[in-house]
Amino acid sequence: MSGFLTGWLSVEAPVLLVVLPLVMAAICAVMPKDKIAWLLAFITTLICAVLAFDIVLQTRGEQVLSYALGGWEPPFGIEYRIDGLNAPVALLISAIAVICTLYALCSTDAEIEPKKRAPFYAAFLVAFAGLLGMVVTGDAFNVFVFLEVSSIATYVLVGMGASRDRRALNSAYNYLILGSIGATFFVIGVGFLYMETGTLNMADMADKLAVMGDVSRVSQVAFAFIVVGLGLKLAMFPLHLWLPGAYAYSPTAITAFLAATATKAALYLLFRFVFTVFDPSLEFIGATLTWLLAVLGVIGMFVASLQAIFQSDARRVLAFSSVAQVGYMLLGVGMGTALGLSAGYVHLINHGIIKGALFLALGAFWYRYGIVRVSDFKGLGKIMPWTMSAFTIAALALIGVPGTAGFISKFQLLDAAAQNGWWWAVGAIVVTSILAVIYMGRMLEAAWLQPAPEVNGKPVEKREAPLPMLVGMWVLAIAAIVFGVVPSWPVELANGAAQVMLGGGL
Amino acid sequence: MLSDLLSHFNYVVVILLMMTGLYVVFASNNLIKKLVGLSVFQTSVFLLYITMGKVKDGIPPIIEKSYDSHGDGHGGGHGDGHGDAVTHGADAAVKTAEVLYSNPLPHVLILTAIVVGVATLAVGLALVVRIREVYGTIEEEEIDRLNYAFDIDGIEEAMEEDAL
Repeated sequence: MSGFLTGWLSVEAPVLLVVLPLVMAAICAVMPKDKIAWLLAFITTLICAVLAFDIVLQTRGEQVLSYALGGWEPPFGIEYRIDGLNAPVALLISAIAVICTLYALCSTDAEIEPKKRAPFYAAFLVAFAGLLGMVVTGDAFNVFVFLEVSSIATYVLVGMGASRDRRALNSAYNYLILGSIGATFFVIGVGFLYMETGTLNMADMADKLAVMGDVSRVSQVAFAFIVVGLGLKLAMFPLHLWLPGAYAYSPTAITAFLAATATKAALYLLFRFVFTVFDPSLEFIGATLTWLLAVLGVIGMFVASLQAIFQSDARRVLAFSSVAQVGYMLLGVGMGTALGLSAGYVHLINHGIIKGALFLALGAFWYRYGIVRVSDFKGLGKIMPWTMSAFTIAALALIGVPGTAGFISKFQLLDAAAQNGWWWAVGAIVVTSILAVIYMGRMLEAAWLQPAPEVNGKPVEKREAPLPMLVGMWVLAIAAIVFGVVPSWPVELANGAAQVMLGGGL
Repeated sequence: MLSDLLSHFNYVVVILLMMTGLYVVFASNNLIKKLVGLSVFQTSVFLLYITMGKVKDGIPPIIEKSYDSHGDGHGGGHGDGHGDAVTHGADAAVKTAEVLYSNPLPHVLILTAIVVGVATLAVGLALVVRIREVYGTIEEEEIDRLNYAFDIDGIEEAMEEDAL
């Protein structure tokens, strides 16, 4: 199937996805007026979203887009390679970026000092370009470079939350230390793979490793380093310690962006390396999937959900919930079956949408009333009904109520676990969903069933979030419902991705 | 055993640096020292890559005209080398192919990685400067204690404590 763009735009789309935001970031950084910088950032993300949508259409039905940078033929030069596995992730990242940029128009007023706003948008675009680069590139070392490009910009963005809460600085520092260790582990793994295969192109690497047949110790060590390095980046339990702080204290638009995209891009890389670069039918990889990823996923689901219940800060509740949700995705990956992979992949997309909506709504509560604690949620449904409704829809989707996107992915995961005969996993999914009811239910109960708060004997004035904020969270909330009622599109994309993963070559 | 270690001398150094760096990151309490450890850790990876680029008996991967004329890779003067290359162009190309070069690619990769490492260190140090301004300390335990006090007592009391 072909896309809707024509001519050179369609051909150059893979490289434009990365080059455009990078170039615009430099221009944004020197803009004297922050509103101009915002407009540039918004237009850039919008164009990228259109390009990504075109790429998704182009890669439907096992089509592979290959773009040789600078005209150097693929195994030697850097290749951007997009198939059914990474196109949907690129679309998710750019769509969320559009919404977060729109949201940032208002939220930066309250969070970022005026002279820092243009650099803020520049850093945002760099992080965005880095994430897209990680996703579209087909070169293993290029992945590392983009990983670091996005990470360094992200450390800066998290640190910018300091004008709101000084703990942002400490969180950014911790994220920097752990993120750099993760990226370095990844690059050590890539080095060993290069030693073994003599190539950096991932498709070529897969071919060379397949020819070698019996896997040497060097590539086993490489695999271990890559899994640990990406595990740090995607917040696999117990490597998630950077995540709660980074999500809780960064500027609200950035929290939503990170929660919906950063761990997802790293998870995509895990998919890519485990299933397409290496051969998942090898014994040591099968053992890693079953005994490491699936088991850690389930432990993470339990521990992080329990931790979420005992948090008093709503941002930390959602952050720990993210760690738990990563556990679901890892469980799907760990099954290694087409059904499990597809379920994990759908959950990746759905969770990006759901968590994005939740964090955007949470940011709006802070924007209007400075609310971050769960105990302050009392009566929020009455003073911010529209925002709270979006939050509620997303919360129900996170729990997995039928008719929402969360139900589809959890049900698929249950189905996959049952067909695999993993009844303990079925039990774990059900029990942790109940835990999700507890930690999200606490907020919903306070917001809808308790009376509106009073100040000096008078009920607090009703103040809705500004329109640009509402639009973003409602788009995501509606998507969470649409993908729950008519799940054919994301499920079709996920099945395509699972096919790429299990079909062997890239 | 000893000869194994000596024949893989570079790798021994890589492992030592890697472990030292990681240990410093995890064990030290001072934010600057942690960054130093991180840099050592990253540097060990540079050495790993450079080591794998070395080909036994390989010469530096620079195509020089003088190599074309002599073929053995041991230089030669400027004048005669230049003249030969012009006259025996086709012949020289064949000889070039026989010269054993070290692999230049890891060096190029590591140039990129060095830039990434410098950028990370710069951002890290900038964050430490800001932490010092805001918290008044760069000892991790002290910062954790201040954050904990902030969580427990609420905003006002923590700020009072800072003022004292």
